Amino acid sequence: MPVSERNTVSERFQEVPSRWKRQHLLGLEGLSAEELTLLLDYAQSFRDEILTAEGTNRKIPLLGGKAIVNLFFENSTRTRTSFSLAGRRLGADVIEFSAGTSSLSKGETIIDTARNIQAMGVDAFVIRHNCPGAPQLVAGALDGCSVLNAGDGTHEHPTQALLDMLTIRQRFGRIEGLTVALVGDIAHSRVARSNIRGLKTLGANVIVCGPSTLVASQWEELGVEVSYSLDAILPRVNVFNLLRIQFERQVVRPFPSIREYAYLYAMNARRLARCRDDVLIIAPGPINRGVEITPDVADGSHSAIIDQVTNGVAVRMAALWLCLSRR
Amino acid sequence: MSAIVIENGRLVDPGQSLDEITSICLADGKVAWVGDGTVPEGAQRIDASGMIVAPGLIDMHVHLREPGGEEDETIDTGTLAAVCGGFTSIACCPNTLPPLDSQASVELVRQLALRADHCNVFPLCCISKARAGQELAELGILFEAGAVGCTDDGAGVGDSELMRRAMEYVLMFDRPILSHAESMPLDKEGVMHEGLVAMELGLRGMPAAAEEVMVARDITLAQSTGARLHIMHVSTEGAVSAIRRAKQRGVRVTAEVTPHHLTLQDEALRSFSSNFKMNPPLRSAEHVAACIEGLRDGTIDCIATDHAPHSAEKKLREITIAPFGIVGLETALPLMIESLIDKNILTWPQLIEKMSLRPAQILSLTGKGTLAAGSDADVTIIDPKCSWLLTEGELHSKSKNSPWLGKTMTGRAAAVIVGGKIKFSRL
Repeated sequence: MPVSERNTVSERFQEVPSRWKRQHLLGLEGLSAEELTLLLDYAQSFRDEILTAEGTNRKIPLLGGKAIVNLFFENSTRTRTSFSLAGRRLGADVIEFSAGTSSLSKGETIIDTARNIQAMGVDAFVIRHNCPGAPQLVAGALDGCSVLNAGDGTHEHPTQALLDMLTIRQRFGRIEGLTVALVGDIAHSRVARSNIRGLKTLGANVIVCGPSTLVASQWEELGVEVSYSLDAILPRVNVFNLLRIQFERQVVRPFPSIREYAYLYAMNARRLARCRDDVLIIAPGPINRGVEITPDVADGSHSAIIDQVTNGVAVRMAALWLCLSRR
Repeated sequence: MSAIVIENGRLVDPGQSLDEITSICLADGKVAWVGDGTVPEGAQRIDASGMIVAPGLIDMHVHLREPGGEEDETIDTGTLAAVCGGFTSIACCPNTLPPLDSQASVELVRQLALRADHCNVFPLCCISKARAGQELAELGILFEAGAVGCTDDGAGVGDSELMRRAMEYVLMFDRPILSHAESMPLDKEGVMHEGLVAMELGLRGMPAAAEEVMVARDITLAQSTGARLHIMHVSTEGAVSAIRRAKQRGVRVTAEVTPHHLTLQDEALRSFSSNFKMNPPLRSAEHVAACIEGLRDGTIDCIATDHAPHSAEKKLREITIAPFGIVGLETALPLMIESLIDKNILTWPQLIEKMSLRPAQILSLTGKGTLAAGSDADVTIIDPKCSWLLTEGELHSKSKNSPWLGKTMTGRAAAVIVGGKIKFSRL
């Protein structure tokens, strides 16, 4: 791409609409349809014009001179890599911070840790933590710094839901009116919570489906359909989002065996055959092949699991750019 | 000892069915007379116009933290906070380090309270040794040392046989068993009330059932043994109705509720602030309504704060790590004025009954809870109307973990007299 044209793209991205007023992205709770659409539009543009554009320069230096810290208190591979790449694509310096190698193991509180790192001149924190609300805690304790939630316990994982929604929108051209089923460990899934919020705001019908020990009937009070039978909902669902069983978050074992879970809830060829012809299969990963999804389905033509990962970088570029541009 | 005459105040003393503007005279640490009598020479006169003059308030559920938790509270700071909140007597919980399961530790607390010299302190002792829920503490010796009741507060007694044996054993001392009614397995790793809000926030729930199954069990055991059972910090609709039915059957059960369970709801956790994290957890609206109704109809006997100080470095943590509990001694009275008196749920005599007379009766505190002639000269003079802003500076407790910081409060203790001595006065 010629330099002049790249400048035009850059200039266009630099115009952030006044509709975006948020410094932090702590969750999809409370985001309007307009804000969600804006995020998705920016992500789509970053994907089309930077990430998958022709040529080799996949950088757009909108955040040149800014410093972003990945503050991860929980293990992560793809989210962390995705946020790192997104920050670097935008020209920011990205620093990695792992709880295991830090003073946290010496008993320092998360607020002290964040304040100390911020004092080094940091513009944004990307936080993953096993406690719901941890990003809010840090955002409330810091001045003049953006906080992006990369997953807080079983509460929210906003960028994952955004990339799920971007993937859906790419396939169907819309989200409104679609029926999206979240299948699996709803109780322990932050991905489910962020998806429910975002999808409902954008007008989708949401079904949560899984064993009754992992799917609270109270979701119905929030306008979400509850189903305990995957077989019963197969023909009327446009998108299946297959969630991993979060063994590490479960205090008690919610079902008798993995074998029984797979028998009742695994998306396999037999079940896929009963789905709509244009059904979309997505999964936040890491996927457990043979548990919530069989390998043939995961690698089949209905699956957009790999596409989701590309969208993840685009969504995180959009989130970083919009939040940091509002400081 | 010098005498005090309190004049022109509205004397509210449900113990003698008194509610009128009159005078009261205190001399030699006792109530000398109420109404008319000879004013001793040199008596100090207090004009209590526009004030409520009440028997000293009693909080039967306080965590003083000392020994062992001095970074959160000491007996000195905790009892000062009590006096400033209008309490002349408090019962303190035994979940200290070491726990109050020995004669030495009970006597230590009483000695430190005497040395602090702010208010009366009545220790509660453990039911089980080391609060481990395994074997009975030496309850006879502990009561002899001054403990007024026993509880393993902070954790439920899981072993039903141990609980039954404790109830049988305390019968001969006529002391109450105070039950922290919680099924620990049902609340495992819980952070807040199980319900819609917890589901939305992804925080592990503490179901109402965890409280209700233990309230039901303890009532059953109290009925069969005849023991005096007191249910601490009632917070659920099911617990209130179980206690109501038990009282109708004649079971010797009493109950307390905290100001926070009467005024706050689980919705508050949406802020992720650990100042809304307590055990029992803040419940949903229907449970709060049931607690208020239970207090109004007498099912719940008294109001107790469950004052639970935690230092800022402990509380300013991730909500899953932060400890349970809030300070309550200095906010209880204004909160109850605002949410019970000003909303016509309780009358002044009823509120004083629940904050003084009933706790004294439940813990068998002789000379407390009334201002009848000859009673202890413990008096709380209450300004029912004054408006003030709650700031950290207003709190005398060593810890400032209050969810009401920044709130404008209505009413507070104007002066507090303990044993005939003015401990505190804003008059």
